[in-house]
Amino acid sequence: MPEPIRLKTPLRDEDVERLRIGDRVLISGILYTGRDAAHRRLFELIKEGKELPFDIRGQIIYYVGPTPAPPGKVFGSAGPTTSYRMDAYSPALIERGLKGMIGKGMRSDVVKEAMRKYKAVYFAATGGAGALLAKRIKRAEIVAYEDLGPEAIQRLEVEDFPVIVINDIKGDDLYIEGEKRYKKT
Amino acid sequence: MREIDVRLIIEKVKELCIQANTELGEDVLQAFDHAIEKEESPLAIEILKELKENARIAREERVPICQDTGVAVIFLEIGQDVRLVGGDLKEAIFEGVRKGYREGYLRKSMCHPFTRANTGDNTPAILHTEIVPGDKVKVMVAPKGGGSENMSRVVMLTPSDGIEGIKRYVVQRVKESGSNPCPPTIIGIGIGGNFEQAALLAKKSLLRPLGSRNPDPELDGLESELLEEINRLGIGPQGLGGRTTSLAVHILMMPCHIASFPLAINIQCHAHRHKEIII
Repeated sequence: MPEPIRLKTPLRDEDVERLRIGDRVLISGILYTGRDAAHRRLFELIKEGKELPFDIRGQIIYYVGPTPAPPGKVFGSAGPTTSYRMDAYSPALIERGLKGMIGKGMRSDVVKEAMRKYKAVYFAATGGAGALLAKRIKRAEIVAYEDLGPEAIQRLEVEDFPVIVINDIKGDDLYIEGEKRYKKT
Repeated sequence: MREIDVRLIIEKVKELCIQANTELGEDVLQAFDHAIEKEESPLAIEILKELKENARIAREERVPICQDTGVAVIFLEIGQDVRLVGGDLKEAIFEGVRKGYREGYLRKSMCHPFTRANTGDNTPAILHTEIVPGDKVKVMVAPKGGGSENMSRVVMLTPSDGIEGIKRYVVQRVKESGSNPCPPTIIGIGIGGNFEQAALLAKKSLLRPLGSRNPDPELDGLESELLEEINRLGIGPQGLGGRTTSLAVHILMMPCHIASFPLAINIQCHAHRHKEIII
């Protein structure tokens, strides 16, 4: 297997353009956490024409609701949650400059089309590998919606955070291609 | 009559919540090893190795295997010769869950269905109680994540659908679930009973150790057949393509109404967590 590609955030168009489905990527820099309730609130702000709580341009949102950090640790267990629940909100965020999303599970055609049109990618992290992924998180601070507990938006500093490209800007989908390749009829 | 103080149950439930969420069972680890041997996709092998490494880190550092530490599902078997003293049993179980999720730094995932406001302590737990012969109490804690639970279904088939109908529905359900329930999965199937009993059978079937045979030869054969068909789908670990879509299929069956043919499919992710104790 080829060596993983190393990426630093924020992502530029040229970073995203060269990624293809199946690429293994190690991300260093900043990830913003956000899942169901936080997305609903971000979407409401956009609908009302208000500012978002952080500058979303070039950024990556990680769909995660971590466990609380135990004493002496930066972060708790932190694997991805299933992404389709964010599908209704993602296109509006992509349109405003969001460059990457990390989760697990297939996205809707509308999200894939937004990724193609505005040049964004969707990555998967290994679902259920929360203990392993937490070790790549070096710092964490709450940015917004502290009242949401595990669903609050946090700014994470990560080093070599391992992900795989699922949807690239060409409109390809690793879930479809991978299944096709190993299907036995 | 043997007396058991419910305050002892509080402590045991607390410990089981923490243990279940940090220590993956040997049977699951062995199933990962078998899958690595058979797997054809290099990426899938990487994922399976990652899952083993994740389990090792979780156990050694006492952190949850998965951040979704789940709904606390609790199976209680109470011997009919036991008298429970010292307080309210259900409250004791809930208190054990509260303490376990607080002191173990586990995620609290229970919320109001409409407002989505978190209850803050992971209660209520889902409690299944059974009265059995004897003078002991068995407590099993099986935390269940949302991703795989969301892909589960109960369907009231028609008797004429037969075994073929079951196969079709199960394979279709696994196919449609794709990468969502965090494959490699374990497929729990309940056949018969009625609407709610089928779901409970499916959930209980998951508790059988991985790698063990179904004592009913007909169901054992059906399990093997379904597993083979599921693993021909090509979904693979995390849905990225491969041979290992599911690690096992488990079935529990009981008689049903002459008009009915209930089927429940409870999908379990690879973070297959359950711990038990007999008091």
